[in-house]
Amino acid sequence: MRVTQGCFSFLADLTDAQITAQVQYCLEKGWAVNIEFTDDPHPRNTYWDMWGLPMFDLRDAAGIMKELAECRRVYGDRYIRICGFDSSHGWESVRISFIVNRPSEEPGFRLDRQESTGRKIRYSTHAYAAGRPEGERYGGS
Amino acid sequence: MTRAAAEPEKAAPVDAIDLRKEFEAVDIASVLAQLDKELIGLVPVKTRIREIASLLLVERIRQKMALASTFPTLHMSFTGNPGTGKTTVALRMAGILHRLGFVRRGHVISVTRDDLVGQYIGHTAPKTKEILKKAMGGVLFIDEAYYLYRPENERDYGQEAIEILLQIMESQREDLVVILAGYGDRMEKFFQSNPGFRSRIAHHIDFPDYADAELLAIAELMLDEQNYRFAPEARDAFVKYIAARKTQPLFSNARSIRNALDRIRLRQANRLVSTLDRILTSDDVMSIEAGDVLASRVFSADAGARRDRA
Repeated sequence: MRVTQGCFSFLADLTDAQITAQVQYCLEKGWAVNIEFTDDPHPRNTYWDMWGLPMFDLRDAAGIMKELAECRRVYGDRYIRICGFDSSHGWESVRISFIVNRPSEEPGFRLDRQESTGRKIRYSTHAYAAGRPEGERYGGS
Repeated sequence: MTRAAAEPEKAAPVDAIDLRKEFEAVDIASVLAQLDKELIGLVPVKTRIREIASLLLVERIRQKMALASTFPTLHMSFTGNPGTGKTTVALRMAGILHRLGFVRRGHVISVTRDDLVGQYIGHTAPKTKEILKKAMGGVLFIDEAYYLYRPENERDYGQEAIEILLQIMESQREDLVVILAGYGDRMEKFFQSNPGFRSRIAHHIDFPDYADAELLAIAELMLDEQNYRFAPEARDAFVKYIAARKTQPLFSNARSIRNALDRIRLRQANRLVSTLDRILTSDDVMSIEAGDVLASRVFSADAGARRDRA
């Protein structure tokens, strides 16, 4: 099952040229761009690992694309996303976040129903991949 | 929007191109004219820049005709004495490259050894890479590049920075242009000990020292920019000043001239303020008198030296 999180996730995967154009858009808006990765696809997993530091004061997307290539080389079997952080007053938050890399196979989620008191039912989603320890979830290293 | 960006405009190769139209389209003529107007002297440098600009224009046309095989190497080295305009030309160079489309953004990141080399093990690589990332799409100007290499200390981290630089200079030629600058003799030694650099740099440009007349023209240009001017006797005095200053140590061409002018302005202001009971005209505040120039320490030192010799 294809994970849909962040911008553009209902579109086909972005090509590198499209990612470059998006990153350049972020830079022209003056946002700090950073690269994050994870192998826990749960939608509530908001804290992904950072690939290096956020990149401030860049003018051209080439530097970020170079870092992305490096990140893909190391964590090509995980989810990688690019975030644009707007530090201007009133925003001070992530303005854009989109997935730029995903595992070749995404097993999806199991829905657990738990009968609770009365006729109440609690639901929880459980990523199949999360059954294995971190780092071994997508057949990678 | 993203869809359009996905397919970069690959126009079909053309057979014929109107050279004049192409030349006017990129408008390098105005950059070169500005270079001529604002930079005094430096004839060999200007000739070289003109040549590079022509080469790049032709290269651009060849790209349009689908004849260019590889991206041209644009890394440069500027050698010359202090104050000969290396940094200024580097800024202009970025403009030219940007207009011709060989760098995407046209900004200049000016760095020295401190910005590239770290202080402890493992600090250099991220630091250098950070700077390189910032410079991408523009020009990385490394002033006094020879300080990167310190042969006397084999554990110096400069070597690490050099290796990263060389790698990026080779692999990301279309993203980044590196300009190394420094004094001629020391750069020569630097290139000898780092042959990798020499072969990766396509254009070596040597900046000559300015002649006395050129220095005077520079002084007048600087004054004009600040709305000052020499009185006729002051101009003669400044000609003498240049001749005297040149013989003294630590003369750094246009930079010395700028510093001298700063001190002259100081003395002029002091002279004006010393007599308070008067009406000042704009002419008074603008003009620099011979006395302002002649009060310089350079003349007394010069006279002193002559007295010593006598």
